[in-house]
Amino acid sequence: MSLEHIKDSPGSDLSRRGFLKSAAAVSGGLVIALYLPGCGKPENAATSGPARMIEANAWLRIGTDSSVTVLCDRSEMGQGVYTALPTLIAEELGVAPDTIKVEFAPAGAAYVNSLIGSQVTGGSTSVRDAWEKLRMAGAEARERLIAVAAKEWSAPPSSCTVADGYVTFTTRRKSFGELVEAAAALPKPENIQLIPKDKHRFIGKPQKRLDTGSKVDGSAQFGIDVRLPGMLYAALAQSPELGATLDSFDGEKVKTMPGVKQVVQTSSGVAVIADSWWQARQARDALEIKWKSGPNAKLNNAAIYAGLKTAAAGKGKMVRSEGDADAGLKAAAKRVEAVYELPMLAHATLEPQNCTAEFKDGACHIYVPTQAQLMAQAAAAQAAGLPAEKVFVHTTFLGGGFGRRLDVDFVPAAVECAKAAGVPVKLLWTREDDTTHDKYRPPARNVCSAGLDDQGKLTSFKLHLVAPSITSRWAPDAVKDAVDPFAIEAAHNYPYDAANVYIDYLQHEIGIDVGYWRSVSHALNCFAVESFMDEVAVAAGKDPYQFRHDLLAKQPRWQAVLDAVAQKAQWGRAAEGRHQGIALMSGYDSYLAQVVEISVQEKQLKIHKIVCVIDCGQMVNPDIVRQQAEGGIIFGLTAALYDDVNIVGGKVQERNFDSYRLLRINETPEIQVYLLEGEDKPGGMGEPAVALVAPALCNAIYAATKKRLYKLPVAKQGFAV
Amino acid sequence: MIKLTINGKAQEVEAADDTPLLWVLRDTLGLTGTKYGCGMALCGACTVHVDGAPTRSCVTPVSAVAGKTITTIEGLSPDRSHPVQRAWIEIDVPQCGYCQSGQIMSAAALLAKNLSPTDTDIDTAMAGNICRCGTYPRIRKAIRRAAELAGKEG
Repeated sequence: MSLEHIKDSPGSDLSRRGFLKSAAAVSGGLVIALYLPGCGKPENAATSGPARMIEANAWLRIGTDSSVTVLCDRSEMGQGVYTALPTLIAEELGVAPDTIKVEFAPAGAAYVNSLIGSQVTGGSTSVRDAWEKLRMAGAEARERLIAVAAKEWSAPPSSCTVADGYVTFTTRRKSFGELVEAAAALPKPENIQLIPKDKHRFIGKPQKRLDTGSKVDGSAQFGIDVRLPGMLYAALAQSPELGATLDSFDGEKVKTMPGVKQVVQTSSGVAVIADSWWQARQARDALEIKWKSGPNAKLNNAAIYAGLKTAAAGKGKMVRSEGDADAGLKAAAKRVEAVYELPMLAHATLEPQNCTAEFKDGACHIYVPTQAQLMAQAAAAQAAGLPAEKVFVHTTFLGGGFGRRLDVDFVPAAVECAKAAGVPVKLLWTREDDTTHDKYRPPARNVCSAGLDDQGKLTSFKLHLVAPSITSRWAPDAVKDAVDPFAIEAAHNYPYDAANVYIDYLQHEIGIDVGYWRSVSHALNCFAVESFMDEVAVAAGKDPYQFRHDLLAKQPRWQAVLDAVAQKAQWGRAAEGRHQGIALMSGYDSYLAQVVEISVQEKQLKIHKIVCVIDCGQMVNPDIVRQQAEGGIIFGLTAALYDDVNIVGGKVQERNFDSYRLLRINETPEIQVYLLEGEDKPGGMGEPAVALVAPALCNAIYAATKKRLYKLPVAKQGFAV
Repeated sequence: MIKLTINGKAQEVEAADDTPLLWVLRDTLGLTGTKYGCGMALCGACTVHVDGAPTRSCVTPVSAVAGKTITTIEGLSPDRSHPVQRAWIEIDVPQCGYCQSGQIMSAAALLAKNLSPTDTDIDTAMAGNICRCGTYPRIRKAIRRAAELAGKEG
């Protein structure tokens, strides 16, 4: 899929890079770049004079002091790109990842994610997109360095080796710093060979994360931490009713409150600008504002779910069709039908949404924790009244992303405040602002039917997905005439062998914005498919694991993770009083299976253990894969157990972590993660582990209680958790 | 003017009495390692030590800590050498990292009183700190490791 709305932004930092790129094309060599602001002296450099940085390509600079700087063009929100992406370059360049200095890349066409079509960190695509691209970037620089040294020594380049910042031939060696300027004058090398897998020193090995140090001493800079000279702070009042508009406000009374500088009407509400954020917030809370009710004045959850139910009677757009599902169901010896309903959810990034904006020398700079640099740039440009090339995006660390920061709705108000104030302004939402003005995970109604023959073998499967479409709002052109690919995940690739399969998706909008929430529709659809497969197994009189296994003979990767999880979790051999549930999924080119082990006393649920097996192909950093599995499982468990979003009169009722609960350490079960040796290409791992938890858990609850859960969260289905 | 001792340094700050300590640390003093997550002592991201005790700075009026000794993440050690920081690095605990200052301050306060915490001790001491990325399994492991490291230093 490609989103076609992204253009280059000539003139900005990024286009400077673009210029360098074209200059490189003309001269045919590396280009000597000027020092960039903030580039500074590399931490690892040990030279007396200032090193010059040579820009090898959009991602890599090598200093005359041999220092290596990698520009990380994906946002670090916990998932490990700050380590994994530089590792790809490091491998080919023959330097240890922990000797590399990492900076975040600016917004720019060179950094477009080819799997999304924009400079976006999402869809668990970062490593998959970078896999060839960044290794080639490292290899190209390596070949240039070798060429210079080989020529000087009259040695065959193929006999030269590169390791730890040196090119070596027999007893001779030269540092990158000595070679890099001459390398810049060489033509682009031909026939670049990537290092074969069996020679990898770093890829596939558990490397330490490069951001851990700064995250244990408080020095990592998140968006909320940005401080600029003369900066003021803003708090924003937005309409509690989603979609309502500003009627009138009285800013006069709060202008006399301590620290208050200005009250500013913005495109999204009314902002108070003050000397400190606490003062801004106090004054914002004291503002008298009248809002004009809008189309959501009477919206509530009952209406939303009733709307989905009514809509579900209609036909959707076909996603997949094999055989004749209707005829198969009609002819079946036994039929099973079920409807699964999924709640809306908030992202609840621990760092609330924020953006800092500054106007300087006719340009606008935004310092922002974003997953979508070009969109943030476009939003800021519009708010600033400047062309995009006059907006510079400085990406900070993200205090969680989970898809929330693919939206840029918090950017314009910061720019509008800075414009009005004439000084830099940091605009920060409160936790309550964040929970009540999210782009919520879409609710869904998934209607499942299956037919079994008289031997209990699956013959027909039908799945009717009903939910709003995120992409219709976020990138409408991409789905103009097509099914939203982010609505049918973990459904379109239904793996179980059946003669008749029919899957369709019916888009039904609900009046409020929905957003990409970690694992997106995988979580919606995997819950339905894998809960339902359990139900069908029971109807067939078969063990839920064995039933699945038998239907996966043609799907070896699916079957392998399923079999492995059954073995690792000791399926069927749980201790007395304990019960297991299983689920299987493939998404983001990765294959996962989970077993959840629980006990239920009266209605008190206890989760003892979650076992997860993963085949995500070639791993770049197995320890980060493990982290993502552990964290993803906890993210999925939080949602399965506790959360939903409730709307009354268009207003979200959940406000803070008392009403929108997040799993705590004392509620976290034992988690075991097993990684299978995968195939050659990497699969994504930021998201998939989230989606299997709810079905595996609910299948365990069925095993324990014979009660099938058709809705979430578990805490609202008669269980104490 | 309110007098505070922060990370060993005497400070005088100009702030309304009811200003939460968190915002004095972050906005007035520029100590941004301490984070805002909820403003209601629900998430623990703002945890600092006040006279050694783990304290949610987002609900602590600055006037309530006048004359007291405050330690923030920036003052835990000058060089990431506190046993909790070393264990956190060894086990690669952080993901996004936003909650980790608070987690580390809570863990350090636990180990200051109890160098052989049980799993229950760890869960109890850390239950007030939310990690949205779900680093809890590693936090448990790292606290046990930090206890070992601190024990050796004894």
